[in-house]
Amino acid sequence: MSWAVTSNNQTIDLAAIPVETAAGLRTEIIEQCGRGARPVAFFGQKLSSGVRLFVILADDPRSELVASSAIFAESEKSYPSISTEIPAFYLFEREFFEETGIKPEGHPWLKPVRFSRNRADQSARMADYPFFKVEGESIHEVAVGPVHAGVIEPGHFRFMCSGEKVHHLEIHLGYQHRGIEPMMADGSIWKKSKLVESITGDSAIANSLAYSSLLETATGMEVSARATAIRTLALELERVALHMSSLSGLCADVGDLTGNTFFGATRTYVINSLLDICGSRFGYSLIRPGGVNFDIDAALSAKLLKTLEMVRDRVFLIGERTFNMPGVLSRFQHTGIVDFKTAEKINMVGITARASGLKRDIRADHPFGFYRLYPAYKLTLDSGDVFARAYMRYLEATRSLGYLIDLLNGLPPGTQLLAERGRLKPDSMTVSMVEGPRGELVHVMLAGADGEAVRYKLKDPSFNNWFALALSVRGEGVSDFPICNKSFDLSYCGYDL
Amino acid sequence: MFDSIKVRIKQGKQYIPDVKRAEVNPKFRGFPLLNNKTCTRCDDCTCVCPTGAITAHPLKIDLGKCTFCGDCQRVCKSQSIEFTNFHKMAAGRRETLIVDHNTDRHLYTLDAVKANHEIKRLFGRSLKLRSVSAGGCNACELELNACSNVNFDMTRFGIEMVASPRHADGIVITGPVSENMAYALEDTLLAVPNPRLVIAMGTCAISGGVFQDSAAVNRKFFDKYKVDLYIPGCPVHPLTFINGILRLLGR
Repeated sequence: MSWAVTSNNQTIDLAAIPVETAAGLRTEIIEQCGRGARPVAFFGQKLSSGVRLFVILADDPRSELVASSAIFAESEKSYPSISTEIPAFYLFEREFFEETGIKPEGHPWLKPVRFSRNRADQSARMADYPFFKVEGESIHEVAVGPVHAGVIEPGHFRFMCSGEKVHHLEIHLGYQHRGIEPMMADGSIWKKSKLVESITGDSAIANSLAYSSLLETATGMEVSARATAIRTLALELERVALHMSSLSGLCADVGDLTGNTFFGATRTYVINSLLDICGSRFGYSLIRPGGVNFDIDAALSAKLLKTLEMVRDRVFLIGERTFNMPGVLSRFQHTGIVDFKTAEKINMVGITARASGLKRDIRADHPFGFYRLYPAYKLTLDSGDVFARAYMRYLEATRSLGYLIDLLNGLPPGTQLLAERGRLKPDSMTVSMVEGPRGELVHVMLAGADGEAVRYKLKDPSFNNWFALALSVRGEGVSDFPICNKSFDLSYCGYDL
Repeated sequence: MFDSIKVRIKQGKQYIPDVKRAEVNPKFRGFPLLNNKTCTRCDDCTCVCPTGAITAHPLKIDLGKCTFCGDCQRVCKSQSIEFTNFHKMAAGRRETLIVDHNTDRHLYTLDAVKANHEIKRLFGRSLKLRSVSAGGCNACELELNACSNVNFDMTRFGIEMVASPRHADGIVITGPVSENMAYALEDTLLAVPNPRLVIAMGTCAISGGVFQDSAAVNRKFFDKYKVDLYIPGCPVHPLTFINGILRLLGR
């Protein structure tokens, strides 16, 4: 057997992960993906000589993860590209190439990913990004960024259009790169809580949950039911907050001021509930390895319940109104379509994938935390347009609020925070996946011989989904870009790391 | 149409009537109170601080480095550190942000930002700002957006975020300034006509925060250009931001 079988929140020995030749691993991957597996991690670990490539694939229906690896000797600087057969690997291979210099031969779109500080080719400069060129008499380019018109993160978008029609959009990111991965493996892994929360502020809870669960798994700590419930509660609050923010922005982009302000004010109630719990509107400092820093007492629970019931009423009211307005629907429907086949091909994840009919949700496929006891059900829509992505956000927000209200009605008892820490299992690999507001977050840690973290690999859902935005605007007008962009509402800093 | 009317009625009044007097939730971690007398000099607080914001003997906290995570307060056995919900922490000079047990928070607010006559004359009634996110985690950016929402409604004071540096009187920097964003940040500032303001929003912008030691961060910008207002927070609360600007404008 050339794959080690594992699952979400499980530690396996590094020795148990098979080592293949690059060509052998490629054949294995193609076979696995042909049976429905999809990549969740693909990264290199530098050895004293050469590089070991780790691949983790997810088998969603069986709730399994499979891992394998290949070793590249110092002299091996290329291998036949996997993307030519399985397009889902396109960005993973680009990232691997950028960081190690090992070239996937035949890769159709081998461009820099984020100009990371530790890139193999230090001479590569951002100013020389190799943009795709569309040529012709009536072709013109529109370049936007990195500094955008709104209060938003930086990124560069270049549209190649004839007239108003977009032929191709190239998204060039990396401006937010802060070098998080090397910082994670530098010094004690237990002191990284704040750093993990700073990866993406609007997914701070999802990231700190993935990080904490990973460390708890690797050390065998058992977190109480109460702490698990509070974490899940915070994660769902974060999800509702981001959906409200996206819907508010979408309404603004189609000139619906009522929707814009109402969704915006509704979000304030949600993030202020987080402030009530832990003193931060973004849930900073709430989750720590071993449990949670803040408990929810009876009085607070009653207050949260009242607020969230009110929020649910507000969401139903504004949702019914907004998604019945012809002015809004005419802009949302049939705009920026990503169909099921494309979504599957490029390996989309999260809420935007579900809007294209792709049934992927880590809460249901690879359940973690409280979802193992009290499951979350998958919701999907088929049309894959701006409407589907917006309506999905509305549906998910109402579902999440229902989940939250149920959860608050029966918070289990238990210890808030474990005082004792365990030791990381030496020479092991641990995987932790969480369904954040945008989709699956993957954290992978490799522990060395003395039980210290030697590599910490992160993957944000936006890593999978940025290319979907580029595809969604093909054939649309330049002026459709803002609503397409907002309907995806992707993270720049999560991608750039 | 009836749905829209129902929505309007349900929305009600959302704005905070008096932004200057409004208080933040008691759980919020703002201005810290330090007690040197009870401090047992165990150094637990300096060990847990993720950004090295605390110096012990005597106790001092640099609000420009502090991420307000509260880990020091939780680890302190003698309760010598207590974060209050006091949010008016903006300062005009970097040194002012370092507070010790003698610092009175109300006096701090009065002294920290000195309204300059020239700034008041130029921007007192209308201030247009351009945001530049340079490695920010999107928390400060979302809070800066929130400043203009129906709750905080910063626009009522004539303070507005604008789309182009050409329309702006200054820039608001969020994030530690990544190497990859250093050029665009400087370019944006230079596109703002003089006289112009530079505002550093959030711990990352003020000191680099958790990213201060990262090789992927380039903070040379701050050696070259003077910052007019430092607004601490991780992320900055909208009330901290608005009150800081109002102090700067002498309002």
